[in-house]
Amino acid sequence: MAERMQFEYNVEGGNFSRAGFASSEIKKILKKLNVDIAIIKRTVVATYEGEVNIVAHAYSGTIYVNIDTEQIRIRLKDEGPGIPDIDKAMEEGFSTASSEVREMGFGAGMGLPNMKKNADEMHISSEVDKGTEVEIVMYLNTKE
Amino acid sequence: MKVKEIARLLDARIICGQEHADYSIDVAFASDLMSDVLTLKNDNVLLITGLANMQTIRTAEMSDIQCVIFARNKRVTPEMIALAEDNELVVLECRYSVYKTCGLLYEAGVDPIF
Repeated sequence: MAERMQFEYNVEGGNFSRAGFASSEIKKILKKLNVDIAIIKRTVVATYEGEVNIVAHAYSGTIYVNIDTEQIRIRLKDEGPGIPDIDKAMEEGFSTASSEVREMGFGAGMGLPNMKKNADEMHISSEVDKGTEVEIVMYLNTKE
Repeated sequence: MKVKEIARLLDARIICGQEHADYSIDVAFASDLMSDVLTLKNDNVLLITGLANMQTIRTAEMSDIQCVIFARNKRVTPEMIALAEDNELVVLECRYSVYKTCGLLYEAGVDPIF
């Protein structure tokens, strides 16, 4: 593969029928690059949770994907209400999701914790009334 | 157990993915909460759900689930079928409740995950 690849996808807040489109595109790219299937699954599950979070909570967002020979780095940046208490948001079962989100099969307070479980690294920062940025890093060359 | 045998057992209709009816299922999981489905690590999982929307199909796609059964007579939309076909999923519609669907599958020897 090329030394470094970059992609970005726009995510529309509130558009549930399209939620998962970006994650699906990322999955296709990783498959084409012959990334290990277990890593692909962890990557796309974490990305999809993040994408659903943007759709569920933010006004709009962008997913930036950087792939090199060492790692996959995915940054999910949104413009939205932000998270006042990140520690609280990381607790399993804590959610501020709307009933609409719950009807879609989400909103049980598992998204961020599940992202963390699947990622090798996760960094999260947020500013109230501005937005949230979550970055996940997946290592490509470590055998567990 | 093969998907086509599952369809017969449950008197379920294969809505799409007929050509993959020979997929073999190891274990089954029933949930309407997609976040729970996204925590599964297993391969060859059969998903039984009563939640019929695009996110169900997306969740199957991300989790490498190849077969989804919509129980309680839930109907699959054309948009869901198109996405399922893109991902080579087999989708079944079944008129039984989730409880009965699971009961029959369990009795037939399909293992649970937990």
